[in-house]
Amino acid sequence: MNWQALMLTLRLSLVTASALLLIALPIACWIAYSPRRWKFLAQAATALPLVMPPTVLGFYVLVAFGSSSPLGRLYQDWTGHTLAFTFEGLVVGSILYSMPFAVQPLVTSFLAIDPKLIQASRVLGASRLATFFRVVLPLSISGLVTAIALTFAHTFGEFGVVLMVGGDIPGLTRTISIDVFDKVEAGNYAAANTTSLVLLAVSFVILALVYAWNRRAWPRMPWA
Amino acid sequence: MPSPDNPDTGPALDVFARKRFSANAAAGFSLDVRFAVPAGITILFGGSGAGKTTTLGVVAGLVRPDQGRICLAGRVLFDHAAPIDVELSRRSVGYVFQDLALFPHLSVERNVRYGLRHLPELERKRRAGEILESFRIAHLGSRMPEEISGGERQRTALARSLVTQPAVLLLDEPLSALDAATKGLLVDDLRAWNRAHRIPILYVTHSREEVFALGERVIVLENGEISAQGLPQEVLGAPRAETVAQLAGFENIFDAEVAAIHEAGGTMTCRLLPGAVHLEVPLTRIEAGAAVRVGVRAGDILLATQEPRGLSARNVLRGTVISLEECDFKVLARVDCGATFTVLLTPDACRSLGLVPGQPVWLILKTHSCHLLRAGAELPAGPDQEGR
Repeated sequence: MNWQALMLTLRLSLVTASALLLIALPIACWIAYSPRRWKFLAQAATALPLVMPPTVLGFYVLVAFGSSSPLGRLYQDWTGHTLAFTFEGLVVGSILYSMPFAVQPLVTSFLAIDPKLIQASRVLGASRLATFFRVVLPLSISGLVTAIALTFAHTFGEFGVVLMVGGDIPGLTRTISIDVFDKVEAGNYAAANTTSLVLLAVSFVILALVYAWNRRAWPRMPWA
Repeated sequence: MPSPDNPDTGPALDVFARKRFSANAAAGFSLDVRFAVPAGITILFGGSGAGKTTTLGVVAGLVRPDQGRICLAGRVLFDHAAPIDVELSRRSVGYVFQDLALFPHLSVERNVRYGLRHLPELERKRRAGEILESFRIAHLGSRMPEEISGGERQRTALARSLVTQPAVLLLDEPLSALDAATKGLLVDDLRAWNRAHRIPILYVTHSREEVFALGERVIVLENGEISAQGLPQEVLGAPRAETVAQLAGFENIFDAEVAAIHEAGGTMTCRLLPGAVHLEVPLTRIEAGAAVRVGVRAGDILLATQEPRGLSARNVLRGTVISLEECDFKVLARVDCGATFTVLLTPDACRSLGLVPGQPVWLILKTHSCHLLRAGAELPAGPDQEGR
């Protein structure tokens, strides 16, 4: 069992899930509540990683990190090294790759809230921001939990993007799924099996927890 | 407009709003209302889709008018010309939504305290405690909205709005989901509160009983426009527009023509069309031969199984019972007198008279129970004439 890879993967999943939560909340809020007509484009863009091959996404991320892209140059000037083949690069790739898993559940929960509750809050003197934190967010707990857990689990089992963006550097970018790939390539099926089982178990436990939580989520206006 | 230093002069709430909703061009709805109300309960009365809730929305700031001016207690909330549009969270409006919109994730007490965020903790506690007490829900403070009864939820919603000491209270059919006994209690609460705090209360309903039980004034809305306003007994007791009449519960509405005018007697004879039934109605300024409509409430008609004598009532019609329909402790009898009348009876009266379909009966209508209505075509015309 490659403990180093497991710890690295856990760290990557945690960082990605927390960062993505902060990024996805405003995006989901905008998609759910903006009156703009063209917001469907933003919705489609955030859902892209669902249908694109991870290698394609990883390829574009890699290109964006390179010194030929303005973004890549900016980062290089700032830190002295490129984002490619680093842990930070993995985080950025994972954030993009898991975006729909964070945004979609949040948008769904936001839209399920009775607009009258939001109006009631506003009429009672609460600002938009206060309404978001005092009404919208508490009533979206199930969406929030789903978003965090799915992001975590999705990053935990990620392979293509990691390989493209991070390569296979032990202790730095070698995640658990890449470790399995290495083991199989080396013909070490027994070790691959152990690692795979760990991955399977962790993923199952996370999903089971999400579904268990959502079973007892807030009852929404049972009298309505 | 009242001067700022003396807000007691003039109306407490002055509303002029026009808005066209073109989302669905075919069924486009437009609101065009202008009214001013003092403190006290004003009923917004009308059928569904008349614009009652939209009017509340305009005052609350949930609906932005295309044109208009809204002034509350000397403060301009909206003025399309200025332009002024006070943010809805700063309008000091109390709004009780039709489905209450209690926050399901907060306890009764935290719902009530929701609008007091800006106050220090002690003051919040005191005010919430007082209002919970006065609405008799203090013992429910820690319960969740789903755990309390409909009437208790209603009082929670009312307390949540009133605790912020709004300058106007908007109530959207607040009693529609309650049983009669609970309604009565809440009406008492509302009346008591209204006596102690003189602010304008706009109360939306389509129930006639509530208009008479609560209203100091009534505004009738129809297709987004005001078709009548005044005291409840003036507007609904003797309605002059046919649509108001239908809303006011005139079960019997007939096309008729003025057959004869008896100036000395203070009455006119109307012939119901088609047919030969004649009704005496109160004298109005109208020419003989004019087309009119006559409205009679089912509850204002007496029914006799023998020909009555020595009555002051001018209209005694002979007819036959067509059908009897019992519902909700009432019996609706359909009687053919040449024209078909609907008569409202108690089940007891129906039984003691031994009424059966096919039976000959006499209907007795007082002259003043027969209301002359303007026909739909003669209602005040479109938005272009109003307010110019």
